[in-house]
Amino acid sequence: MAAPKRGRSASAQSKPGRSLAFILIAIVALTGGMFASGHTTPRLGIDLAGGTSITLQAKADQGSAINKANMDTAVDIMNRRVNGLGVSEAEVQTQGTSNIIVNIPKGTNSEEARQQVGTTAKLYFRPVLASEPSTPAGQSPSPSPTSSPSGSPSPSGSPTASGEKASSSSASPSASATTQGRAVTDALKADSNPSPSATPSTSASATPSAPASDGTDGGTAALQAAYTKLNCAKASERATAGQNAKPGEPTVACGQINKVWYKYLLGPSAVDGTEVKKAQAVYDTQTAAGWQVQMNFTSSGAKKFADITGQLAQKQQPQNEFGIVLDGEVVSSPYVSQSITGGQAEISGSFTQEEAQSLANVLSYGALPLSFKEQSVTTVTAALGGEQLHAGLLAGAIGLALVVVYLVIYYRGLSLVAMASLVTSAILTYVLMSLLGPAIGFALNLPAVCGAIVAIGITADSFIVFFERIRDEIRQGRSLRPAVERAWPRARRTILVSDFVSFLAAAVLFIVTVGKVQGFAFTLGLTTVLDVVVVFFFTKPLMTILARRKFFAQGHKWSGLDPKSLGAKPPLRRTRRPAGPAAGSVDPKEA
Amino acid sequence: MSKLGNLGARLHHGEISYDFVGKRKIWYGISILITITAIVGLAVRGLNMGIDFQGGAVFTTPKTSVSVAQAEEYASQAAGHEAVVQKLGTGGLRIQIAGMDTGKSDATKAELAKDLNLNPEAINADLVGPSWGEQIANKAWEGLGIFMVLVVIYLAIAFEWRMAVAALVALIHDITITTGIYALVGFEVTPGTIIGLLTILGYSLYDTVVVFDSLKEQTKDITRQTRLTYSDIANQSINGTLVRSINTTVVALLPVAGLLFIGGGFLGAGTLNDISLSLFVGLAAGAYSSIFIATPLVADLKEREPQMKALKKRVLAKRAQAAAEDELVGSRSVAAGEPEDAAAAVVGPRNQPASRGRGRGRPSGKRQ
Repeated sequence: MAAPKRGRSASAQSKPGRSLAFILIAIVALTGGMFASGHTTPRLGIDLAGGTSITLQAKADQGSAINKANMDTAVDIMNRRVNGLGVSEAEVQTQGTSNIIVNIPKGTNSEEARQQVGTTAKLYFRPVLASEPSTPAGQSPSPSPTSSPSGSPSPSGSPTASGEKASSSSASPSASATTQGRAVTDALKADSNPSPSATPSTSASATPSAPASDGTDGGTAALQAAYTKLNCAKASERATAGQNAKPGEPTVACGQINKVWYKYLLGPSAVDGTEVKKAQAVYDTQTAAGWQVQMNFTSSGAKKFADITGQLAQKQQPQNEFGIVLDGEVVSSPYVSQSITGGQAEISGSFTQEEAQSLANVLSYGALPLSFKEQSVTTVTAALGGEQLHAGLLAGAIGLALVVVYLVIYYRGLSLVAMASLVTSAILTYVLMSLLGPAIGFALNLPAVCGAIVAIGITADSFIVFFERIRDEIRQGRSLRPAVERAWPRARRTILVSDFVSFLAAAVLFIVTVGKVQGFAFTLGLTTVLDVVVVFFFTKPLMTILARRKFFAQGHKWSGLDPKSLGAKPPLRRTRRPAGPAAGSVDPKEA
Repeated sequence: MSKLGNLGARLHHGEISYDFVGKRKIWYGISILITITAIVGLAVRGLNMGIDFQGGAVFTTPKTSVSVAQAEEYASQAAGHEAVVQKLGTGGLRIQIAGMDTGKSDATKAELAKDLNLNPEAINADLVGPSWGEQIANKAWEGLGIFMVLVVIYLAIAFEWRMAVAALVALIHDITITTGIYALVGFEVTPGTIIGLLTILGYSLYDTVVVFDSLKEQTKDITRQTRLTYSDIANQSINGTLVRSINTTVVALLPVAGLLFIGGGFLGAGTLNDISLSLFVGLAAGAYSSIFIATPLVADLKEREPQMKALKKRVLAKRAQAAAEDELVGSRSVAAGEPEDAAAAVVGPRNQPASRGRGRGRPSGKRQ
């Protein structure tokens, strides 16, 4: 009880109305914002709403580092895949440094989603049957010859030749609309040490050689029509073009080359992405050809690759190209000038370093720059989700009721202040949670509900610290108004120090931990901050105002501030004077 | 209220007080005993690690008439691993299968659904890879470490290093006791438990900080008086904030109790239950340690300071003198007034030394 000097802050006392108005405006504004944004309830997590939540952990065994860039790429790609399943509400996010969480709302085929998400390679080499740029203008249906997909050397050919022969209808749903500028490529040539041997294509059948076998049925026409209609300049069409295409069947696809969107009619997959053993970006110092991507194939891949390149090399533009198709999108379409055997090839063109590395990444790991391992899969039915939400709310209500009962019994009239503050705090928490859903993707899950309930205690503790301080001052014989003003600065410091410790714990947990712990830590941190706001801008001003009321000031039996039952000293009459300043100056005067 | 309020008043005026600091050896002893028990428990029995730490699956079914024993048999057959089945408050079953591969889960789930005559869509599945729990635990340890370092730095700045050390000891004490209880009782450890445990971090310190805050305030001018030693004031601080500590602890425990009741009684098991159980145990330990361990420890550390030693000597000398002069002789507990007054006492020597008069407190304070 030292330091009475810096006891009061006159300003806080004199303008309690202003603080109250401030917090009222803040509440109204936030609530208004909440209704305006249309998100009037907090977004529920999978465990409360039902659905499937998959946690994947990156493995660092593929030679590519687990860093932010790689994780972001992976998230981006997974997002495309999952949302390609036809649900738009799936969400993919990183958590911690090496985890990715995929949340799929109920009603989706979670098993398919699981397969999609974890798959590393969805990369295919498909021969190009036809290709042309899509003009942003709109429909440019006429398949007229245009410039080649690859910026430079290979002048692209007329798509006409091949079109008719493809089969199977494949246009299907899904996949993202993300535009990712990918490398332009042009020449694909044999590696420096080619064994220019023949290895003539033995397996003529399996490999595409576009036209070939299957061109007769109705699928052909459908695919051709789809190709004709396809306008890759439109994001919405790109999103659906060629998704869910079976590797063994021809398909349409889009690809962006030099910022121009091209559409492709592609044959069945010739080589699978998994058959690429390794790919890397290298800078060709000898021929000054700039950045190149070198590929090594597995032995079976090498054979297939030799076959397909052998066939393609004899064709015209653009049918001497093959599309490197990643998750339904053509990322590169180099042309082939000769059969490439020996399992080693390089793609050259006017790559920047980044483009080359990005392409190399795609070739090495399929879609994902990292490989992932399923850490946990939680499937919650809507029924159980609802039950858990119900239980959480019930627990909260019981907890709140117990606290209120305790406060009423112990603090009587004062508990009104505490309850009003708790209500304020609850409103703020609810509104902020609702707003944070769309803003930062906050989803209320069970641990978060738990955190909010635990926070009732933390918030109420602040009031207790304050009230006990006021009571201490009253016990010393002060009347209420000076007691409030003297108690505040000390209570304030205690509240700040202890809330800071709480917040520190929440912040550390939030940053360091993964999984459910994070949701819990977030709520705890949020409510701790709100606690400080409420105590400063609501509880204290309200207390100051109430201290002027007779009921409290005169220590009514039910006010919770009855000096007698608090065991105050015989009242020092003279201290009952203009509150704040007097309190401090009492001592010297009475000396 | 009035009784507790009176208690608060009497504690406040120092009419009654408990000598926490003086009897600290007893409490240290008790704590050491509990801690040893906890450690032995941990070493001998170990923790009952939940499915999240071994990898496996937990299936939760809606209400079903299949008996527990039967379900266990079905599940073991379907998964090829031992299954543990619990009946839930909702009438459903909770089927735990340890060591199951995440890849096999869908097949198992389908088979289980068939056996139990349920729609597979209605079964909740929680599949966990073997390293997931480990990852959570490792992260938690990391968080714990970082938090401890930060909080010690913060407390050392906000208060002083001795308090930081004492708070840290109290914190470790709480965590040890909580894990010990988990080991001894055999509660299952899940990620939820870890969440609860980590929350104790902030919460256990809350009480400690409240006491330290009051202690810091009251000992500010300690060297300017000769009536009370550091330990005396520390004891006063504890007593003065005792009602507050009790209230904050009770109020913190009430919502957790609500959670525990609902989580344990209604849902039977799961996150709510796990979090609240460890919170409950930890909060109780935290309240105990901030009063009985942390503050006496600060006093102990403080009393080693030469300054405080000198003060103690002066105080004891003065007390001896007073005792000789005056039969009244204040026992330590009687001397529980305001340190403010204590400070004043130096300035205003006319103040009667430790006497019943302290009970009425204020007048002397005003006499400066």
